[in-house]
Amino acid sequence: MSTIPLDYETLRLIWWLLLGVLLIGFAIMGGRDLGVGALLPFVAKTDDERRILLNLIGPTWEGNQVWLILGGGAIFAAFPPLYAVSFSGFYLAMIVILLALILRPVGFKFRGKVDDPRWRAVWDWGLFIGGFVPSLIMGVAVGNVLLGAPFHFDDTMRIFYTGNFFQLLMPFALLAGLVSLGMIATHGATLIVGRTEGVMAERARTIGMWTGAATLILFALGGVWVSFMNGYVVTSTIDPNAPINPLGKTVELVAGGWLSNYRTYPWMIAAPVLGLGGMAIAVCGLLLRRKWLAYLATGAAIFGIVSTAGLSIFPFFLPSSTDLASGLTLWDASSSHMTLFIMLLATLVFLPIIVLYTAWVFRVMRGTVSTESLNKNPNAY
Amino acid sequence: MIDMLVVDLSRWQFAATAMYHFIFVPLTLGLSFMMAIMESVYVMTGRQVWRKATLFWGTLFGINFAMGVATGIVMEFQFGMNWSYYSHYVGDIFGAPLAIEGLMAFFLEATFIGMFFFGWDRLSKVGHLVVTWLTALGANFSALWILVANGWMQNPVGAKFNPDTMRMEITDFMAVIFNPVAQAKFVHTVSAGYLSGAVFILAISSFFLIKGKHVELAKRSAVVAASFGLASALSVVVLGDESGYVATEHQIMKIAALEAMYETEPAPAPWTLIGFPGEDGQLGFHISIPWVGGLITTRSFTEELPGINELVERAEVRIRDGMIAYTALEQIRADGTNQQARAVFDEHWADLGYALLLKKYRVDVENATDEEIALAAADTVPSVWPLFWTFRIMMGLGFFYIAFFALWFYRASRGWIDTNKPLLWFSLITLPLPWVAIESGWFIAEFGRQPWVVEGVLPTFYAASGLSAMDLIISLTFFVLLYSVLLVIMIILMVKVIKAGPKDKLFETDVDKVDDEDFVIAALPATPATKELGA
Ligand code: HDD
Ligand code: HEM
Ligand code: HEM
Repeated sequence: MSTIPLDYETLRLIWWLLLGVLLIGFAIMGGRDLGVGALLPFVAKTDDERRILLNLIGPTWEGNQVWLILGGGAIFAAFPPLYAVSFSGFYLAMIVILLALILRPVGFKFRGKVDDPRWRAVWDWGLFIGGFVPSLIMGVAVGNVLLGAPFHFDDTMRIFYTGNFFQLLMPFALLAGLVSLGMIATHGATLIVGRTEGVMAERARTIGMWTGAATLILFALGGVWVSFMNGYVVTSTIDPNAPINPLGKTVELVAGGWLSNYRTYPWMIAAPVLGLGGMAIAVCGLLLRRKWLAYLATGAAIFGIVSTAGLSIFPFFLPSSTDLASGLTLWDASSSHMTLFIMLLATLVFLPIIVLYTAWVFRVMRGTVSTESLNKNPNAY
Repeated sequence: MIDMLVVDLSRWQFAATAMYHFIFVPLTLGLSFMMAIMESVYVMTGRQVWRKATLFWGTLFGINFAMGVATGIVMEFQFGMNWSYYSHYVGDIFGAPLAIEGLMAFFLEATFIGMFFFGWDRLSKVGHLVVTWLTALGANFSALWILVANGWMQNPVGAKFNPDTMRMEITDFMAVIFNPVAQAKFVHTVSAGYLSGAVFILAISSFFLIKGKHVELAKRSAVVAASFGLASALSVVVLGDESGYVATEHQIMKIAALEAMYETEPAPAPWTLIGFPGEDGQLGFHISIPWVGGLITTRSFTEELPGINELVERAEVRIRDGMIAYTALEQIRADGTNQQARAVFDEHWADLGYALLLKKYRVDVENATDEEIALAAADTVPSVWPLFWTFRIMMGLGFFYIAFFALWFYRASRGWIDTNKPLLWFSLITLPLPWVAIESGWFIAEFGRQPWVVEGVLPTFYAASGLSAMDLIISLTFFVLLYSVLLVIMIILMVKVIKAGPKDKLFETDVDKVDDEDFVIAALPATPATKELGA
C-alpha cells in the first residue's frame, strides 16, 4: 500500500522486536509474581508470612499479567499464522498453563476471605501451582520451538499438527523448562530479599543462590547442547516485502545451525553474555547481601536469556520438524502491511502511557510489607 | 474431511467458557461505575457512609473481578487453540481490536484495580477517586474493543479476501471501528451490564432493609442503583431495538429466525407474540399482532422483510456464485500470474464463503451436485425455536426492568425506600433475572449467526482446529469442572461478605454504628485503625 510511510520489511522487523519487548516484559514483570508463587511454600511457612508475600505482589500482579495477555493479543494481530499454529499445536500444554493461571486471580482473592487453615492451605497450593507450572511449561514450549514442531500446511493454509502432548517432553525441552523455572524462581527470590525482612529474606536468599547457580549452569549447558543440535536454516532467498507464503521457501537442517546467527552478527553474543553474567551477578549480589543489585541482575539475566532464544532462531518463530518448508518465519507469518502499521500506531500511543502509569503505581506501592501494615488494610489478601 | 464431532465439541467449549466469562463481566461493568459514582459523592460531601458504601460494594466487586480475569485469560488464547483456521483466516482484522483491547483497556483496568484496593491509605481522596474512575473506564474500553471484534464477525466490513495469502485482509480500519453493528452492540451490552449491576445493588440493599441492618448505606445505595438502573434499562431497550434493526440490514436470516418468519409477509408484517415454530418450516399455533413486526424490524410501513424460505433460495444463488469464485481461486493458487482468474475472482469473491459451506459435503466443492448445493443452502437456517424463545425472554425482561426501575425510582424520589416489604423481597429473589436476559442475548447473537462464524465469510465448521476429540473432551471437562467449582465458591463467599455486612473484622473499631448515624470520623477514639480511616 503506497500510503503507508514504512515499508513492509521494516514493519515486520519492528513487530518482531515489539513482540520481543512484550514477551520479555512479561518474563520480567510477570516473572516476579510467578516466581513468588513458585517459592511460596518454601519461603513462607506461617500464615502471616504467606500473607506478607501475597500482599507484596498483591497490588501489582494483575497489571503484570497483562503483559502476557497483550503478548497473546499482539501475536494474534501481528503474526496470525503463528498464533494459530502454536496455540493449537501445543494445545494440551496450553490447557495446562491456562488451568494453572486460572488459579491465581481466585487464589489471591479467595484465600484471605475465610479464616481456616485448611481453606488457606488449599489456595496456597493453587497459588504455588499457578506460579510453578506456567514457569516450567512456558520454558518447555520454547525448548520445543528450538527443536521444531511437527506440523505442516496444506495449500489453503489449513494446519495439520501430527505430534502429541508427551512428545513435547523431550530432554532438551525439559532442560529449557528448568532454565525458565530457575530464572523466574530466582527473580522471585531476589524480589523477596529486597522487599521483606528477617527470616523470609534469609530463606529467599539461600534459595535464590541455589536456583541462580543452577540456572547459570543449565543455561550454559543448554548453549553447549544447542551447538551440537540440529538447527534450521532458510536456504532460499527471502523477499522480505512479499505477501506471506510459508510454503514458498526451502529450509535445511544443519548441525549447530542455531548458532549461525552469532557468526553472521557477532554483536548478538551480548544476549547470552547478559544472561550468564546477569545470573552470576545476581548470585554474587545475594551472597554479598547487595539486595537491589541482585534484583536488577536477575531482571537483566531474564532479558538476556529470553533474547538469546529469540535471536538464535531468527528469522524463525516456529520451525517445522516434519515439513521443513512449513516452518514459520517473521517474513511469512505476519499480518498485512496495513494491519502492522495500524497496530504500530496504536502501540506507539499506548505503550508509553502504560509504562508511565505502571511506574507511578509501583512508586506509590513501594516499601516493605509487614503484618502490621496488612492488618490496617481491610482489602489486603 | 472435517471431523464434525471436534467441531461440535469446540463449539461447546467456546460457548461454555464465553458464557461463564459473561456471568462476571456485566457485574464488573455495572458495579465499577456505581462505585465511582458513590465515591464521587463521598469526595464531594465528605460523608463517611459513602466511603463505606464504596468499600463494601468494592469488596464484592473484587471477588467478582477475580472470576472475570480467571475466565478472561482463557478467552484470549482460545481463538488460536480451538479456532486455528479462523485465526489464520481473519486474524489480520480480528486480531487488531483484541490487541488494542489489551493496550488500552486491560492494562488500565488491571493496573488501577490494585490501586483501588491497596491505595486507600497511600493516595489523597481525589487521587483515589481518579483511580476508581480509571478502573471503571478500563472495563468499558474493554467492552468497546471486544465488541468491535465481535461486531465484525456479525458484519464483516472493511476487509477483502487476498488469494495470495489465503485470508481476509484489512482495507478500511475506520469501517471496522465504526461498524454500525459494533456501535449498537456496544451500547446495548454495556447498558445491560449497568442494569445488572443496578439490580445486584438493589437486591442486596433490599436484603439489608428487610433485615433492618446497615439501613443508611442500603438506602443510599438503593437510590443510586434505582436512578442508574432506570437510565440503563431504557438504554438497553432502545439499543436492543437498534441492534435488531441493524441486523435486518446485515443478518436478515437471524431476524427471520428470531421472528420465526418462514414465508415472506406483505409489509407491514405482523409480529408474533407467542408461537410454536416447528422444525418443519411451519409456525404452528401462534398469536400475532398485525403491523408491529414490520414496524420494529424495518421502521417502515412499506418495506418487505423476506422470510426464511425465500432467504434459502437466495443462499442457493450465492453458493453457485461462490463456486465460480472458488474455481478461480484454485486457478490463482496453482498459477499466481493467471490474470484472467484474478479478474473472475475479483468479481465473485464476496460469495466465496458460501462456496465453503459445501466443504461439509465434499472437498472439491467446484464439482458439487445440485443436491449438495440444496443441502448447503438449507444449512444457512439456524435452529428457529430456541432463538424465537430466548428472544422473547430477553425482550420481556427488558420491558419488565423498565417498569421495575421506574417503580423503584418513583418510590425513592418519594423517600419510600424501605416501607414496602413485598417489593424488597421481590427485588431480592429476582436477582438472577438479568443474567437470564444477558445469556439469552449472547445466545441469540452467536447461535443466530450460525452456520457462520463470520457472517457470509467463513462457516463455523470450517474454522475449527484439527484437534482430536480426546483433546477437547479433556479440556472441556476440566474447564467446566473448575469453573463450576469456582463459581459455587464465589457465590458462597459473596453471601458470606454480604451477611457480615459493610464492616470488616480487620477494622478494630466498629465504624458501622457510627457511620449509620453519620458522625464524622474524627469523633472516634484515635486507634491506629481509625487514624487510617480518617486519613
Ligand atoms: C439485561 C440484559 C438485556 C436485556 C434486558 C435486553 N438485552 Fe438484548 N442483548 C443483551 C442483553 C440484554 C446482551 C447480552 O448485551 C447482547 C448479547 C450480544 C449483544 O450485543 O448484546 C444482546 C443482544 C441482542 C440482540 C442480538 C444482537 C446481535 O445479533 O448481534 C438483539 C436483536 C437484542 N439484544 C434486542 C433486545 C431487545 C429488543 C430488548 C428489549 C426489548 C433486549 N434486547 C433486552
Ligand atoms: C462474553 C460474551 C459471549 C457469550 C456469552 C458468547 C456466547 C457464545 C455462544 C453461546 C456460542 C455458541 C454458538 C454456537 O456454536 O452455536 C459462541 C460461539 C462463538 N463466539 Fe461468542 N459469546 C460471547 C462473546 C464473544 C465475543 C466477544 C466473540 C468475539 C470477539 C465471540 C466469538 C465467538 C466464536 C469465535 C464462537 C465459536 C464459533 C461458533 O460456534 O459460532 N464470542 N459464543
Ligand atoms: C470472546 C472474547 C473475549 C476475550 C478474548 C476476552 C478476554 C478477556 C481477558 C483476557 C480478560 C482478563 C483481563 C485482565 O487480566 O485484567 C477479560 C476480562 C474482562 N472482559 Fe473479557 N473477553 C471476551 C469477551 C468479553 C466481552 C463480550 C466483554 C464485554 C462486553 C468483556 C469484558 C471484559 C471486562 C469488563 C473484563 C474485566 C474483568 C472482569 O470481567 O471482571 N469480555 N476478558
